[in-house]
Amino acid sequence: MSGLQVFLEYTLAGIATGGVYTLVGLGFVLVFKASGVFNFAMGDMMMAGAYTFYLCAVVFDLHWAVALLIAVVFSCALAWLIERTVLRRMMGQPVIAVVMATFGIGFVLRGIAAIAFGSEAYQLPALLPRAPFFIGDIMLPGKSVRGFVLTTGLCGAIILFLRYSRAGIALRATAADQITAYAMGINVRRVFALTWMAAAAIGTVAGVIAASVTSLTPDLGTIGLNVLGVVILGGLNSVGGVIVAGLFIGWLEAMTAAYLPGDIREITPYIAVLAMLMIRPYGLFGTRPVERI
Amino acid sequence: MSALEVCDLTLSFGGISALSGVSIVAADGQITAVIGPNGAGKTSFFNVVSGFYRPTAGRVLLDGRDITALPPHRRPALGIARTFQNIALFHGMTVLDNIKLGAHTQLQTGLFGAGLFLGHARREEAELTRRIQSDVAGFLELDTHADKEVQDLPYGLQRRVELARALAARPKLLLLDEPVAGMNREEKQAMSRLILDIRRQWGTTILLIEHDMGMVMDLSDHVAVLNFGRCIATGTPDEMGRNQEVISAYLGEPGAPLAGQAA
Repeated sequence: MSGLQVFLEYTLAGIATGGVYTLVGLGFVLVFKASGVFNFAMGDMMMAGAYTFYLCAVVFDLHWAVALLIAVVFSCALAWLIERTVLRRMMGQPVIAVVMATFGIGFVLRGIAAIAFGSEAYQLPALLPRAPFFIGDIMLPGKSVRGFVLTTGLCGAIILFLRYSRAGIALRATAADQITAYAMGINVRRVFALTWMAAAAIGTVAGVIAASVTSLTPDLGTIGLNVLGVVILGGLNSVGGVIVAGLFIGWLEAMTAAYLPGDIREITPYIAVLAMLMIRPYGLFGTRPVERI
Repeated sequence: MSALEVCDLTLSFGGISALSGVSIVAADGQITAVIGPNGAGKTSFFNVVSGFYRPTAGRVLLDGRDITALPPHRRPALGIARTFQNIALFHGMTVLDNIKLGAHTQLQTGLFGAGLFLGHARREEAELTRRIQSDVAGFLELDTHADKEVQDLPYGLQRRVELARALAARPKLLLLDEPVAGMNREEKQAMSRLILDIRRQWGTTILLIEHDMGMVMDLSDHVAVLNFGRCIATGTPDEMGRNQEVISAYLGEPGAPLAGQAA
C-alpha cells in the first residue's frame, strides 16, 4: 500500500470516529448553551442508553430499530427525571454546584450499570452491516462509515432544528438571556428539560454507535472525557465548532495511531486542546463575550 | 376603567424594603409615568408587575384579575410586555427572530410540538412572520434590517427592536423602562412620537419609567412619583410640576423650573 493510501485510509477512519465525538459534543453544547452547565453525566447518560439498547436488542431480541427507539425514549425519560428531581431544585444555585451534581449523577448511573450488568464487556449486535466500504482502493470499516453517515444526518437535523424551529429559537433565546426569555413568555424550565432530553437522545445514538464499534462496559462513558477536549477545542457554545473539532480530534487520533508509537494516541487530543487554549481561550468558534464600555 | 391596578404593594429583600405601600393605577389606554430619583424603587415596581419579584404584601390586578402570584412566563399571554432599562436583546439572532420571540406566547403550538416541526406549527409561524413584517417592523421602520443580527445595529435601532419585540404580542399593557436612556435629542423625539403612535394605533395602556422630565411632561396623562420606595404623589403632569414635595424630592431645589430639564 502506498503512503498516500495509508494516509487517506486513516484520515477517513479517523473522521468516522470523530463523528461519534461530534455527536456527544453536541449533547454537551446543547445543555451548556441553554443553562450554562457543563454536564459531566453526559458520557454516563450515553452509557445508560447503550445498555438499554443492549437489553432490548439482545435480551428481548427485538429488531435493532425498535430497540434503538426504546433506548432513546427511555433515556429521554431518564433525563427528564434527572432534570426534574435534581437540577430543577438547584436552579439559582452557583453553576459549580450544579456541575458537581452532574458529576454525582454520572457516578450513580455508572454504579447502577455495574451492579445490574457487571463489569464484563458485551458485544452489541451488528447495528450496522459490517461489510467494508471501498472508495477506489481504500478500504474502510463498514460500521464506522455507516455510523458516520448516521451521525452526519443527526448533526444536520440538530442544526436545522436550532436555526429554524421555534423550540430551537426559544432555546437560543434562553441561552442568550435567560431573564429576558422568561419575560417574553418562554417557559425557561421547559426549555431546560427539553435540552436535557435532546442531549440524552443524541447521547444514546452516540453510545450505541460507540459501543457497537468497540464493546459495551459500564466505563463506556469515559469517552465523554475525550469529548470534553473536543468541546473545549470547538468552543463550549458553538455547534459548528464542536462539529469541526470532533472530526479534527478523531482525525488527529487516527494520525497519531498511524505514524507515532503506541500510547501517544491517548494524549494527543489533550495536547491539541492545551495548544488551543493558549492561542484562543474561547475555542475555535466560541464567542468571546464583548462588553461595551 | 383601569387596566392595571397595584394595591398597597410592599417588597422587602431581607431587612431592606424596596417598596412600601405603593398603590399605582394605570388607566386604560393612557400613558402613566413612574418617576423618582435613582433607587426610588421604579424598576423594582416594574419587576413586580412583570412577575420577576413576588411582593411581600399587596396585590397586582390586571383588568380586575389578580395576577400577583403568576410566574413571569405566564404574563405575556395575558397581554403584558416590557422593555428593559439595559437593552436586553438576544444576541446572535436576527432582528426578525428577536421580534418573533416577543410573540412566542401567541402561538398555539407548544414547544414540544413546534420542536417536531409539524405542518400546523409551520403554517402558524409563517403567518406570524408575515404579520410582524407588515405590522410591527414596518411601523417601526425596521423592515430593511430584518435579517441583520441585532448586535450589529446602532444603539437607537436596538432600542427600537426591543420595542418591536414588546409590540409583537400586541400587548394590552406595555411597560417601558427608560426607553430613551442614552439617546440624543432627535432620537428622543422620534421615540416619543413612536410611543404616542403606539397608543393611537392599538390603544395600548402604557406604563413608563423615565428620567427625562420634558418627555414625561409631554407624553404622560398621569404621573406617579416614587421616593425611597413610597409613592409620594400621583396626579397630572401639571399637578406634579407644582407639587412642592415632588419638586424637593426629585429635583432637589425648590422652585426650579421643570420643563426641559433632563436627568
